[in-house]
Amino acid sequence: MTQTEPSPPSARQKWMSILARASAEELAVRLAALPPLPAGETLRAPETGLVMVRGRAGGDGDSFNLGEMTVTRCAIRLGAHIGHAYIAGRDLAKARLAALLDAALQDAALHDALMRAVVEPVAAAQQEARALEARKAAATRVDFFTMATMR
Amino acid sequence: MTRLTPGFADPVLDAQASFRAILEAMSRPGRIQRIEAHITPPAPLCSAAGAALLSLADADTPLWLDAGDTVAEWLRFHCGAPITNDIGSARFALACGTAPSLAALDIGTDEDPQLGATLILQVAGLVAGEGWRLTGPGIQHEHRLSVIGAPAGFVAAWAQNQALFPRGVDVLLCAGDSIAALPRSVMIAEG
Repeated sequence: MTQTEPSPPSARQKWMSILARASAEELAVRLAALPPLPAGETLRAPETGLVMVRGRAGGDGDSFNLGEMTVTRCAIRLGAHIGHAYIAGRDLAKARLAALLDAALQDAALHDALMRAVVEPVAAAQQEARALEARKAAATRVDFFTMATMR
Repeated sequence: MTRLTPGFADPVLDAQASFRAILEAMSRPGRIQRIEAHITPPAPLCSAAGAALLSLADADTPLWLDAGDTVAEWLRFHCGAPITNDIGSARFALACGTAPSLAALDIGTDEDPQLGATLILQVAGLVAGEGWRLTGPGIQHEHRLSVIGAPAGFVAAWAQNQALFPRGVDVLLCAGDSIAALPRSVMIAEG
């Protein structure tokens, strides 16, 4: 089987992953500063299910089932745009909010304001949290070395 | 891009109610049942046919249809059923226009008769108490069913299908929110 090189994530993939990682409170707080979003039509109400996560031993071995994870998904239509959300866990309100935001972000009239007010600050906070964790981990790093035995 | 519309208002309860109505219809061939689900499928699909497919079709049941891209997209989104162009490999076939011949559908095998396809046939109307005379399992004496807009030559094609039992094709007739079923065991005589 030929492996295709993964394409770089599109702008939409990036904001979807940022929204999926954010907490519902965080999104609600950021949204409160903006005029309320138009109400969308629920195509698929938030529903929780299991997704089998698969892995490959060593990156190129046979694929195996690593385990199941809880995923909540939701789809909302806003005008001509359909917003989707697939989030880890069972937070229904967050799935709905993320789907609504995904739909609104595809709307050129709302895109820039939402990127500025919601996606970029949330992304910065996530980046900050990751950097903090990396610094904490780096502070406890032990460098192992092997002394060459000389005879 | 076509506009996707919602499926069942309550996916669990509406699917259960629809499944119950289909079960009743299959157990009492020719008796008309109403599917009381809250659903507005895209045209030209009627609510009974839409509810039946959302209840029955899933990722394991290839689906053949002649209802156009909007309906195909709606069904793919809401039930995840793969859409096939090869009617012989379909588990469910949805006919809104000219009905395909029953012989073109998968009739299963003697070992696995449950693999026979189900044809969901959208017709103009269903009237009980007149028309065809149905006899067979599930019917004490006879059931009368008049199908408005039944395909030409359907009764003759049905006789051939019925003779294949236990193999064969089952038919769900849908009109508006009403359904009636013709399981492969039923015999039809012109009224």
